[in-house]
Amino acid sequence: MAEHRRSPQVTAVPGHRGLGRRRFLGYLVAAPTLAVAVVATDPPRADAAIPTLPEPEELFDLGDMQNLAAAPTSGLITVEMRQDGTAFFAVPRAEVGQGMTTAVAMMVSEELDLPLDKVTVGLADARPELLMNQLTGGSNSMRSMYVPVRTAAAIARQRLVETAAARWGVPAAELTTRDGAVLGPGGRTAGYGSLAAAAASASTVAVAASLKDPAGFTVLGTPHNRIDALDIVTGRKQFAMDMSVPGAKPTMVARPPTINGTVVAVHNLAAVQAMPGITDVVAIDHGVAIRGDTFGQCIDAIQAVDVTWGPGTVDGESDDTVEAKLRAAALPMTVPPLLVNTVDAEFTFAFASNSPLEPDCAIADVRADRAEIWASLKVPIVAQEAIAAQLGLPVSAVTVHVVQGGGSFGRHLFHDAAAEAAEISRKMGKPVKLSWSRTDNFRQGRTHPMCVSRVRANYALGNVISYEQRHTGVQTDFGHGLGEMITATAAHLPVAGNLGFAETIFELTQSSPYNFGVTTQLLNEIPLRFNTGSMRNIYSPNVVCAQELVVDQLAARMHKDPVAFRRSFLKDRRVLAVLDRAAQAGEWGAAMPAGTAQGIAVHSEYQAAIAVLVEIDCRPQTVNRPISDGVTGPRVTKALIVVDPGFAINPTGLEAQMIGGLEDGIALALTSSLHMKAGIPLEGSWDDYFYTRQWNVPTDVRVIIMPSTGDSPSGAGELGVAPSLAAVACAYARATGSLPTRFPINHGTLGFTPLPLEPSTPQSPTDGLDDTF
Amino acid sequence: MPTHTFILNGQQVSVDAEDTVRLLWVLRDLLGVTGPKYGCALDVCKACTCHINGKAFNPCSVPVSDIKPTDEITTIEGLPATVGTALHPMQRAWLDHDVAQCGYCQPGQIMAAVAKVRQARAAGHEITDADIDELRNICRCGTYSRIREAIKAGAQQM
Repeated sequence: MAEHRRSPQVTAVPGHRGLGRRRFLGYLVAAPTLAVAVVATDPPRADAAIPTLPEPEELFDLGDMQNLAAAPTSGLITVEMRQDGTAFFAVPRAEVGQGMTTAVAMMVSEELDLPLDKVTVGLADARPELLMNQLTGGSNSMRSMYVPVRTAAAIARQRLVETAAARWGVPAAELTTRDGAVLGPGGRTAGYGSLAAAAASASTVAVAASLKDPAGFTVLGTPHNRIDALDIVTGRKQFAMDMSVPGAKPTMVARPPTINGTVVAVHNLAAVQAMPGITDVVAIDHGVAIRGDTFGQCIDAIQAVDVTWGPGTVDGESDDTVEAKLRAAALPMTVPPLLVNTVDAEFTFAFASNSPLEPDCAIADVRADRAEIWASLKVPIVAQEAIAAQLGLPVSAVTVHVVQGGGSFGRHLFHDAAAEAAEISRKMGKPVKLSWSRTDNFRQGRTHPMCVSRVRANYALGNVISYEQRHTGVQTDFGHGLGEMITATAAHLPVAGNLGFAETIFELTQSSPYNFGVTTQLLNEIPLRFNTGSMRNIYSPNVVCAQELVVDQLAARMHKDPVAFRRSFLKDRRVLAVLDRAAQAGEWGAAMPAGTAQGIAVHSEYQAAIAVLVEIDCRPQTVNRPISDGVTGPRVTKALIVVDPGFAINPTGLEAQMIGGLEDGIALALTSSLHMKAGIPLEGSWDDYFYTRQWNVPTDVRVIIMPSTGDSPSGAGELGVAPSLAAVACAYARATGSLPTRFPINHGTLGFTPLPLEPSTPQSPTDGLDDTF
Repeated sequence: MPTHTFILNGQQVSVDAEDTVRLLWVLRDLLGVTGPKYGCALDVCKACTCHINGKAFNPCSVPVSDIKPTDEITTIEGLPATVGTALHPMQRAWLDHDVAQCGYCQPGQIMAAVAKVRQARAAGHEITDADIDELRNICRCGTYSRIREAIKAGAQQM
């Protein structure tokens, strides 16, 4: 296994990446109304060299790799101007709550001078020709779409101006645009809709346009609410299970009592099929699929079906066996300890669920010669190609529609539900509307794997002279690749395989922000066959939490305040700036009652910098406050997030992502985990998997967005998780006076009675009218 | 198959369904009312929260036969009509604070919030952080802070 040593003296490349007044290329596309296409990728950064050996994350990170990977593709994305005066753009990304569609609509609105409510953004179907340009992940969407989308809109605006100029017989230079209209001399005005047909091109030709100077922005960089907010609050927003596809009836699956178990025999298939409302029952690879008039009747049938199950893939594994394997697989430290001047620490992070609130689901209509799929998919091309292979159909015969997702957090990188829906639809010969149950989602769905992070830091004479981190986890499945089957297949290859892919992702996302002398951060993963996948922010929450706890330990050993200590060793001025702002605005060092404390952590990723300062209350009266069927424990009472996003496209959306990351971090530090026992998690509902609830939410939450430090947006969707987890952990350590080494801190106590393993989905209660309010 | 009659968003409806089918599936799968979401069907996540005779409840855990012909069921789709405006003040507050991220839980959040404000008032006080702490609705996107702000703002307009 390669060991990559980092120079301790690397300094970060400044964030400024001015676009200047460069002209960008696009194409007028032959179409009935004006349509402008661009290659769907950001030009590679001039300052990012293609690495021959792994390079530090500061110079070249995962997002850059995705951008470069996307560069050679020929697929075009198109902005269309319609005769009703609206612009339409089908974005090749998933919307799962992160606000991508709103930000993209703002880009179009800005460069086209068209009001935001006249921009419609849809989600593109799987488009194999886009190759790696159709992956939503790595917090890369804003970074990769920012220039291409604006270029298309700018060319469209330029073409509309030229069309009006020709119509009026005046020079284009005398015309301006505002609010979806071209304005000319003598008060002449022409709405874009009236020009859309005349502006259409008869053939596809290359054109160039300049982008607006950011100083002149009126839409980008200003707060905007989500474009789908009204649909959401009125219940009109359609998720997959809200769609009406002819013949696609509710379908659920009775599942085995261990992960990836199989069906040996179904003993009462005919009896189940005869139950009220049930239309079809078939055995599939990992369960018995049941289709009926309502999901409720499918749940009834799951109670009745009698199955002999075969073993799963990890039947002998529990929390303790996995942890022992991880400990044994940890890569050795290379610098010997310096006797008293060493901090040696080991942290264990339990399995966690990346399940969104919307259960995994998909609609499939598989016929003999074609198939159609509807699902929230972040890598739809891989889904399309894999499902085509599974069904023995040509890729062109499989249509994959990307629908709005009710959250993702990494879950929708994989197409498990879509593949299963296709399997069931083929076997039943009917369209199906498949929903996993909540219990399925926790027990058979993908997880963020358990990991152990060891850190050794040596210090002498006021300096930290070495920092080594050895991160060992159950393998994180990167089988989704980078968007298409080539890299998806590479992750399964026996030679480099998933570990090589995982090490690459680790190298491209992890870096220490501190000048700590000889610094190495290495990953090893063990190939246990759990269902795993990336969870929001992948490795960073665990790696950064361990790092920041050790930083606080070092500060204490060296008799320095945690903020002052960080100031002495941070490499990057942007990280330093957010730390200073957080310490000042959050009143770092304020007197706190015994049993309460502040905690602070910093992080740099996705070309952004962030600091989180929290206050925690660990006093018994708070820890033991009563909540029925839920855990309380310590409460984070106050949180301040200071973020430098480079350029904030939509401050409202950015703030929302920071708050979401904070709630994730609180959950990972204090309450949320899966307890693995004999091959399956014990958790089966949201009253078992303790994601942050209102009673654990800080009542004082503040987000400060730093003034722009560049013209380009950084990634934001995952950024807040790692430093929030770390800050809460650091606060907990300071409040209790003891270093927590196992996360979440309540994992050692099982705070619920597990639901039975069979039936795999419990029957719904009937007493819902007893607790109305 | 039995026929069940009740008042749904101000309209009398009749639907054929087995007695034990939970109301959520009657609404979603048989009547096509999809504002209430399926998050667990265990009366835990509260994504399906609706009102029965003005009080919050979870239709995932109520057999349709428990619903009487005179019962008024209100889903998110029918909330504005209960106050005779295009949007309920709580929905407006949700827009003003740009609460939603993915939006999956938000219909349930809004229905729960309206009931919680009414419950506080029936007890003689305006809604407090302690009242909001009692809301069990899961938001996996973590929009809780904006939910708190929106509930307090929406309450002032109710």
